[in-house]
Amino acid sequence: MTEVATLLGKQAVLDALPDHPAVKAILAWDAEALADAKLDRGELTLSVAPDRIREACMALRAAGYNFFDDVTAVDWHPSVPRFQLSYHLLSHGFKEYIRLRTLVDEADPSVPSITPIWPAANFYEREIFDLFGIRFEGHPDLRRIMMPEDWKGHPLRKDYPVEGYR
Amino acid sequence: MPAIETPEITNLGGQHMVLNMGPQHPATHGVLRLVVEIDGETIVKVRPEIGYLHTGIEKTCEAKFYQQVIPLTDRINYLDPLSNNLCYCLAVEKLLGLEIPERAQWIRVLLTELSRINSHLIWLGTHAMDIGALTVFLYTFREREDILRLFEAVAGQRMMTSYFRIGGLAMEPPIDWLDRVQAFIKMFPEKIDEYANLLSGNPIFFNRLKGVGYLSPEDAIALGVTGPPLRASGIDWDLRRDMPYSGYDKFKFHVPISTDGDTWARYEVRLIEMRESAKIVQQALDGMPGGPVKADAPKIILPDREKMKTQMEALIHHFKIVTEGFPVPAGEVYQAIECGHGQTGYYVVSDGTAKPYRVHMRYPSFATLQALETMAKGRLIADLVAIIGSIDIVLGEIDR
Repeated sequence: MTEVATLLGKQAVLDALPDHPAVKAILAWDAEALADAKLDRGELTLSVAPDRIREACMALRAAGYNFFDDVTAVDWHPSVPRFQLSYHLLSHGFKEYIRLRTLVDEADPSVPSITPIWPAANFYEREIFDLFGIRFEGHPDLRRIMMPEDWKGHPLRKDYPVEGYR
Repeated sequence: MPAIETPEITNLGGQHMVLNMGPQHPATHGVLRLVVEIDGETIVKVRPEIGYLHTGIEKTCEAKFYQQVIPLTDRINYLDPLSNNLCYCLAVEKLLGLEIPERAQWIRVLLTELSRINSHLIWLGTHAMDIGALTVFLYTFREREDILRLFEAVAGQRMMTSYFRIGGLAMEPPIDWLDRVQAFIKMFPEKIDEYANLLSGNPIFFNRLKGVGYLSPEDAIALGVTGPPLRASGIDWDLRRDMPYSGYDKFKFHVPISTDGDTWARYEVRLIEMRESAKIVQQALDGMPGGPVKADAPKIILPDREKMKTQMEALIHHFKIVTEGFPVPAGEVYQAIECGHGQTGYYVVSDGTAKPYRVHMRYPSFATLQALETMAKGRLIADLVAIIGSIDIVLGEIDR
């Protein structure tokens, strides 16, 4: 595969891609809110604080990233902060994906829901709530989706046992 | 801005009734449960309850080596197994920075297109059967049987193929296999005419579908709908053409669009898609390049049996790969492809070891199911059966 440039760190991305529509949109929205950025294997990742995620999504949607594709979590136990949320947004106009990333603390994990922006996120956020135990503020129907309603624990967390009796 | 209203089954006012459709119901194509609130025969709210088939595949992936995840991917969307294999392999290859030989890419395209035809054939047969046209089911499964035989010839398995490997294919297809594909693809277009003959001019089928389950383009985008239902709503978007992967940029095909947005439009779009897939397969057969089907990466790809028995290095590599796997550089990738039902995406996170740290699958049916209420609101219960059929859901990929 051809060597694709790897840019690590906010400054490197800002220097190399000042005209990228997603970078421009985030800078125009709030330059301070961009916590980190990287370009790895041709994929652009922008990091923001968890409480700003909905505004960041609105800014990106206005800039042409019109399609919500996916959101999921990664448990980096025992690192602090523990959870990473990865939003994948697609632009039909630019023909490009972008990853929006935020890190959430283990104590009382919660972020603003983006279901009011894209109703498509409804099931995805319910799935993360069910399997990781991260709450989404402002979600219209935050219930378990995969596991039974009386289930204890969140199976996709790294400290959830994979064998033995519960 | 369309939004999903939370269906609350309260305040029925003595007039509405709550009906449980499923989890065991012939028209829900698996174990889907729909909590339907109805006013007489008219649907007021639909709340899908899923999770009956949840097997924790994403969790299982974390305990497997990278190459051991491939058989799990078949079992998610079991009607389009090779697309799943492809999406996962492409994601891991992106993590590894691995270049795939051209012949392997072309065979991958050929097989995923056959897999798409397979998926559409099952959709067409079961959809028509739900509506009451039983005959078509027997016809489409006749052609599906041919495709499954082709899969069996290359992979040794009819449904759970697991034929693609990280870095190429499991092995070279049998000698006469391409001729067999040619024989199938030569006769297949007239079979599509046969299905169209049975259904397109059928007034009962037409009236059951036309104008039912309308989805506007704005709603389709907002609800995350992809694949044929998105194109039937008038959005001209196909990942194969717009963001080509695995060498799709070398193929010429037409992406069917309809602006009607109803169940009939989805039927027509899928029918044309089958014809286009057949054209892609024909192009792949005509221009099939020679060469190896595995990348030159001895530490990632299992050696040939022959080499393993004659060369010391090959035996060591085989032993290492089977017992320890291979380390994948740390990082995260998201790879999306266009499979039979819509956009499939694999998000793979590596921490530098031989096992994936996290694998997440984005499957089209999961998102499309959310659009069910928008399509079914205000329609009759009988229409709900037609609408579920038209969005082509597979419960394996919804629950994972």
